[in-house]
Amino acid sequence: MNVSVEKSGVFVLKNINARISERRIGVIGRNGSGKSTFARLFNGIETPTSGTISLNGSSEKKALRRHVGFVFQNPDNQIVYPIVAEDLAFGLKNLMLSKSETSDRIDEVLHRFDLTHLRNRFTHQLSGGEKQMIALAGVLVMRPRMIVFDEPTTLLDLWNKRKFMAALDELEQCIVVVSHDLDLIVEFDRILHFEDGTIVGDGSPAPIVSGYIESLQ
Amino acid sequence: MMIDLYVFGDSLLHRTRPVVKIVALVIVCTSLFTVEGWPSISIAGILVISGFALAGLKPRHALASLRPAGWILIAIFAVQIFIADILFASFVVARFIVLILAAALVTLTTKTSEFVDGIRSALMYAPEWVPKDQIALAVSLCLRFIPLVRSVLDEVRQAQRARGLERNLTALLVPLVVRTLKTADQVSEAIYSRSFD
Repeated sequence: MNVSVEKSGVFVLKNINARISERRIGVIGRNGSGKSTFARLFNGIETPTSGTISLNGSSEKKALRRHVGFVFQNPDNQIVYPIVAEDLAFGLKNLMLSKSETSDRIDEVLHRFDLTHLRNRFTHQLSGGEKQMIALAGVLVMRPRMIVFDEPTTLLDLWNKRKFMAALDELEQCIVVVSHDLDLIVEFDRILHFEDGTIVGDGSPAPIVSGYIESLQ
Repeated sequence: MMIDLYVFGDSLLHRTRPVVKIVALVIVCTSLFTVEGWPSISIAGILVISGFALAGLKPRHALASLRPAGWILIAIFAVQIFIADILFASFVVARFIVLILAAALVTLTTKTSEFVDGIRSALMYAPEWVPKDQIALAVSLCLRFIPLVRSVLDEVRQAQRARGLERNLTALLVPLVVRTLKTADQVSEAIYSRSFD
C-alpha cells in the first residue's frame, strides 16, 4: 500500500496502491514504466522506499520470499547448479527439507510438466525452452502461494512460448505476469497498465489493452 | 567444447564423502610440493590414474581436463628449459599435470551440491564469523558459471568479429566483463529470491 520506489533521486514507482486478489494478473507498460520494479517488490527483491507490501497480512521479507516465487526473463541467470535435479533441490535445501521429501517434490514437479527425462541432464546443455521450464519447476517445487513472472517468454520461440503458456494455464497459484507479449495476458482476469511509475489503467483485459495500444500511437 | 563438470557413476569414489575427497586432494597437492623428487610424483601419479580407473573415467576425461592448461604447461616447460634443464622442466610440468588430474578426479566424481556440502563440512570448525554457506555457494557458482562465461565470450567474440574488431582486446574484454558482472547481479537476485539467506 502507498508504495514508492526511488532510485538515484528518481521515483521509479509513485504511491502505488494495489490489492491482488485475482488468480491471473497481467502487467503491461513501456520500457522504464516501472512494471518490472513493481513485480520485483512482491518477492522482496526490490525494497520500497516508502509503503508496505504484505501477503496475507505479513510484510516480513522472509515470508514474502518463502511464499512468492519469481521467474526471471533469462533462465540462465536463475539456474544455480549444473545438474537439473541439483538445481531444483537448491530452493528446498534453503527450506531445510529432508532428502526424501526433496526428492519426492522434484519427481512430482518434473512428472507434472513431462520433464522427468531432464532430471540428470546438465543445465547448460538444455534448450532455451527447457531451461525456462526448469526455472519454473525450480520455483514450483517450493510450493509458493503466488508466482511472479518477469517477461518469461521474451527469449522463447513460438513453439516453446505456446508450451510455456499452456504450463501457466495449469497453475493453480495466483500469477502476476509482466509482459510485452499481449497474447500471453489477453485472457487474464485483470491487467495493470503502468506509465511513468504509476498505474494508469486497471481492469479487465479488453479495455486496458486497447487503451495501452492507443497510448503507443 | 564444454567441460564436463561431473560424470555420472556409482563407483567407490563417487560415493565417498566430498569432505574426504577434498581433504585427500589437499594432502596430495601439499605432498607434491613438500616431498620433492620423482618418487613422490610417481606415487601421486599412480594414485590418480588408479582413481580414474576406479571411477570408470576414460582417458578423454583426463585429456579434456588438461587441454585448457595446455598452452600454460608448454610455456612453463619452455621457460624451465631456458633457466634450468630439460629434466627439471619435465619434473615441473609432470607435477602440474598430476595436480590438475587430481583436482579433476574430485570434480568429475562430485556433484556440485555435494561439493558445497563438503566445503560446508570442512568449514564446520571455522569461527562463527566465517560465512560458511556463502563460501560454499561461491565455490559452487564458480564451477557452474565456467560454461556460461565461455558462451558469453563466444557471443562477444562473434559480435566483435562482425564489426572487424576480433583482434581488439579491449573490445573483447569490456563487454565480457560488463556482461559477466551484470549476470552476477542477476544471479544473486535469483539466489535471494529462492530463499537463500
